[in-house]
Amino acid sequence: MDLLRFATAGSVDDGKSTLIGRLLYDSKSIFTDQLEGVERASREMGSEYTELSLLTDGLRAEREQGITIDVAYRYFATPARKFIIADTPGHIQYTRNMVTGASTADLAIVLVDARKGLVEQSRRHAFLVSLLQVPHLVLAVNKMDLVGYSREVYENIRREFTEFAAKLQIADLTVIPVSALHGDNVVDRSENMPWYEGAALLNHLENVYIASDRNLVDGRFPVQHVIRPHSSQFHDYRGYAGKIAGGVMRTGDEVIVLPSGLPSRISSIETADGPVDEAFAPMSVTVRLEDDIDISRGDMICRPNNQPRITQDIDAMVAWMSDEPMRPGQKLALKHTTRNTRALVKSVQYELDVNTLHRNESCAELKLNSIGRVRLRTTTPLLTDEYRRNRETGGFVLIDEHTNNTVGAGMIVHA
Amino acid sequence: MSDVMESPRRILSQLEVLESEAIYIIREVVAEIERPALMFSGGKDSLVMLHLARKAFAPAAVPMAILHVDTGHNFPEVLDFRDKIVAQYSLNLVVGSVQDAIDRGTVKEEPNGTRNRTQTPVLLETAEKYGFNALLGGARRDEEKARAKERIFSFRDEFGQWDPKKQRPELWNLFNARVHVGESIRVFPLSNWTELDIWEYIAAEGIEVPSIYYAHEREVFERNGMLFAANEFCRPMAAEPTFVESVRYRTVGDATLTAAVRSQADTVEKVLDEVASTRITERGATRGDDRVSEAAMEDRKKEGYF
Ligand SMILES: Nc1nc2c(ncn2[C@@H]2O[C@H](COP(=O)(O)OP(=O)(O)OP(=O)(O)O)[C@@H](O)[C@H]2O)c(=O)[nH]1
Ligand SMILES: [Mg+2]
Repeated sequence: MDLLRFATAGSVDDGKSTLIGRLLYDSKSIFTDQLEGVERASREMGSEYTELSLLTDGLRAEREQGITIDVAYRYFATPARKFIIADTPGHIQYTRNMVTGASTADLAIVLVDARKGLVEQSRRHAFLVSLLQVPHLVLAVNKMDLVGYSREVYENIRREFTEFAAKLQIADLTVIPVSALHGDNVVDRSENMPWYEGAALLNHLENVYIASDRNLVDGRFPVQHVIRPHSSQFHDYRGYAGKIAGGVMRTGDEVIVLPSGLPSRISSIETADGPVDEAFAPMSVTVRLEDDIDISRGDMICRPNNQPRITQDIDAMVAWMSDEPMRPGQKLALKHTTRNTRALVKSVQYELDVNTLHRNESCAELKLNSIGRVRLRTTTPLLTDEYRRNRETGGFVLIDEHTNNTVGAGMIVHA
Repeated sequence: MSDVMESPRRILSQLEVLESEAIYIIREVVAEIERPALMFSGGKDSLVMLHLARKAFAPAAVPMAILHVDTGHNFPEVLDFRDKIVAQYSLNLVVGSVQDAIDRGTVKEEPNGTRNRTQTPVLLETAEKYGFNALLGGARRDEEKARAKERIFSFRDEFGQWDPKKQRPELWNLFNARVHVGESIRVFPLSNWTELDIWEYIAAEGIEVPSIYYAHEREVFERNGMLFAANEFCRPMAAEPTFVESVRYRTVGDATLTAAVRSQADTVEKVLDEVASTRITERGATRGDDRVSEAAMEDRKKEGYF
């Protein structure tokens, strides 16, 4: 069975956690003891009905405040697929946690409250989803029960969102009217909205085609760890362990090791279960080469006729996640594939207004939760692809060298 | 492109994806952290984690110590199994003993005699003694609602404490392993596995687990709706009659707190069927320690529990 990872997004209280609770409940994926716990907690809170959002809002502080603070991961399966859900917070203060949950998703569900329509936070999240290149987006127009299941309300939101989305890079957009609270169009198609002809959410999640989302073209193998057994049986063994980040690698392939540029050939691709003929993303394997060359963690094995860019000058979109703004002159630790280096912020070129997508070029720094274009200079070269071509070789994180906190998410643009 | 067309899908199963992700995480720990250790209880999750660690570095040996926090409240089958595995794979086993710590007076026995919470100071003490600054654990997010919130690389302060409101962002699979002296990282390579994934993997890989995971006859008694083995750690009270029942364990923890479930599943295939159709979570069915309060796990994790 294959696996779909999806994340929720959208403004605070738009019903993300309730939707996940409803999805789990109606697909009979909730265990009786979990349900009893949630029923008990709902009663203690004085709620008239079972608050399905409590299935994911599991922290004390979340239950006290009635909001999601950090991502909750939930798991369920239907006969069609296995699912990993990341239920993310809508509050702007916790944008970093939304980004965490969305960064690994194949699909994002952006919720909008039908009564309120698109608000700034819906736009911010939709924009982040497109920036992170989550391949599939579902706009769920929620709380349809509170607008009398009105087709007109739905159509207006759909039109407004489609106009906004046209300015973003969204490959696949599906719009579904739902009531997370009552279950309309979540697992079962709604009888209250006969005018909606599309599939219910679960049906869409089961069928959305994700196999072509990976990059199977550009061979990229970042070396993670060198395996040297130091045993008499494997005296001369040397293997390069790592996870394929793009393309298909085969035994016998001519390769080039970067950044040294030394050529070689793959003598075998091994796993603990024996050799394999080919490997592709996201397989973890051990690659062995015909020649003994100097290779260490952070190097990349590629095909000679298809190489990443080798550069110390990085142009990128950055989502900034620290209270301290990002400023020119600042020095940060940077992690890209399996390579750790340091980076100097050369300039902040512009900040994006998430409502209008207007570029504010007069801003000199990036504040908490803002998104902008920056230029960095690294102390050692990175082996980069554009993020939109390959999430693995195009993404990096920035780390504050004093606090060790992760403070920025970077997506490389080849200028 | 022609051979790309021959097999256009190249899709991995969910078990292959989870295995690959876990191997990547374990390798990342060894590559980035000087002194990691793998927490090992002899339970199914830690056995799967050890199996993955062996695969991650094959044909080389597992390049880290194996750490067992021994509550002294063990199922003998599990302790024997631990020793067998350690010998079989020539592992470097380090034991932190709760009993020793109680005897030395560094921790106090809980009034109710259970040692779930006393594990935490012993874990921290042992990690400090050996200088371990990263501990790999077999905890899964599907186990419990606080665990559902935790990062794969989970930062802990000088006191080993988890602060759920201050977790580091964790993007893609770029894990931040940086810590200051005294701080540490807990790493959970099985974060995205479910109980069913674990059993499917045990079946697919032929991983051996202690016999108590399969149905067997045992003298038990009922307490709080759960079945406890009658033995030196857990004595029935007068109003708790004992009886012999076919049971198995879904989790292995402190023997005073871990309950068995009624089961006829004496093979891995039957266990798989049972797990696939069960309507109650493994901790809900078997752990006295989580019943203390709604936030029992969150509170323990804030104290430094895994
Ligand atoms: N009437 C109605 N109420 C809803 C619906 N969906 C959610 N709600 C209610 O809206 C409130 C907020 O829902 P949550 O699911 O917690 O919202 P959220 O988007 O997860 O919020 P954050 O995670 O804090 O951003 C709760 O009281 C829900 O019961 C719906 O479809 N109809
Ligand atoms: Mg929520």
